[in-house]
Amino acid sequence: MKNPPLQYGSGFPTLLRKEVKRFYKVGFQTVAAPVLTAILYLMIFGHVLEGREVYGRFSYTSFLIPGLVMMSLLQNAFANTSSSLIQSKVTGNLVFVLLAPLSHFEFYAAYILAAVFRGVVVGLGVFLITAWYSPPALEHPLWILIFAFLGAAILGSLGLIAGIWADKYDQLAAFQNFLIMPATMLSGVFYSIHSLPPAWQVVSQFNPFLYMIDGFRYGFFGVSDISPWNSLTIVLCFFVAVSAIALRMLQTGYKLRC
Amino acid sequence: MSAAISIKKISKNYGALQALDEVSLEIQQGEFFGLLGPNGAGKTTLISILAGLVTASHGHAMIMGADVQSQFRDARRSLGVVPQELVFDPFFTVRETLQFQSGYFGIRNNDTWIDEIMAHLDLTNKADSNMRSLSGGMKRRVLVAQALVHRPPVIILDEPTAGVDVELRQSLWQFISRLNQDGHTIVLTTHYLEEAEALCQRIAMLKQGKIVALDTTANLLSRYGSVKKDGEGKTDLEDVFVNIMSGNAL
Repeated sequence: MKNPPLQYGSGFPTLLRKEVKRFYKVGFQTVAAPVLTAILYLMIFGHVLEGREVYGRFSYTSFLIPGLVMMSLLQNAFANTSSSLIQSKVTGNLVFVLLAPLSHFEFYAAYILAAVFRGVVVGLGVFLITAWYSPPALEHPLWILIFAFLGAAILGSLGLIAGIWADKYDQLAAFQNFLIMPATMLSGVFYSIHSLPPAWQVVSQFNPFLYMIDGFRYGFFGVSDISPWNSLTIVLCFFVAVSAIALRMLQTGYKLRC
Repeated sequence: MSAAISIKKISKNYGALQALDEVSLEIQQGEFFGLLGPNGAGKTTLISILAGLVTASHGHAMIMGADVQSQFRDARRSLGVVPQELVFDPFFTVRETLQFQSGYFGIRNNDTWIDEIMAHLDLTNKADSNMRSLSGGMKRRVLVAQALVHRPPVIILDEPTAGVDVELRQSLWQFISRLNQDGHTIVLTTHYLEEAEALCQRIAMLKQGKIVALDTTANLLSRYGSVKKDGEGKTDLEDVFVNIMSGNAL
């Protein structure tokens, strides 16, 4: 059992590959199912609200597609980190990652990039199928990519925070159902905030998810409720804030190394 | 030459509960060391501190001269831990599990060594089986393989034979003894005291977070063993353990 000395690199690429492979192995549940859900939303809302126009010139179905793509992307980025962590904590196999010489940055980067990857795969799946239903414009692809990446990274970070904080599935479900889901659904996925009563327009402006979806939609139409630069500033600040919290939790070992 | 494990005045409090109380201990390179004690004595807490899974309230610990907190990369690379719980990732096969574990330590192209470990632990024909499909004994072998995948000089086994059949227990000890002969430092916790007596050169006994005995196995047997009532029969580590834990040590 004598062997030559080992050359050590970073464990980050392996942790990233493992997190991607984890959702790939259950692709029906993690990719196909959310794509199907988004199609159902499009069919139902697109049918019921057919004939309406948004921003004065776009059909409601065209307007809805970017919102559904982003909603699916965000929810799946959150699900990837949160479900992976809670499962690993409950079953105890997180110990294998914790025993390894990974820094909190490597841990964070691997989980977040895997979440971004899953979010983008699901978002792309929703886009490809719904675009066939009603092809949307692609006015500013760079804005689409920026908001898709930042949105997925933010929700991945929130999933990481929730996954570390939650001790059982029930707590994670509460975080998802009472925080993430309402914030996503009430962020302009299905409507322009200008269609809301003034009071609700003000309330909506405190929802950071609004800026992710509105900025993302700007990339498709070149029109949005809020300036994309303002949205980008707010989304970037939110990203920095949630990343700082997640990194701090990992660095201190909160509920992981107690 | 630095000690394989150096523990200096380690304490750990969980609220009002003191799990470890200023424990100090040095284990030299190449030793086969036993860490014994009743349930709740603090053995797993001490191991978790060495592995970086738990942060000590006070004190310092080093693995092969590397502080487990400030030099965690070097410390963890030098340490392989077989956890007490039978944990596994249900998404992956045995080979994937070992390849991932190797990759977490930043070791690429480690398949030759992975194949060698699997062969030694009779896991080769289960390499492509999902972890869920393995028996408890097989899962235990994979845990041992995971601890060895980065070829650590120090290996800690936390009750590795709990619930394991005799055949696996014997083959496991043969393998671990060979690793020890090759120069690996082995730290063992077990409730099977005959195993500790047969394998360990030195033993520490923990009781309520404190070390209450620390010596070579031979010295412990001669100092704390009781003479059988009939005047016959050899004293064993179980006698020593009972005497020390009950406070009846001579």
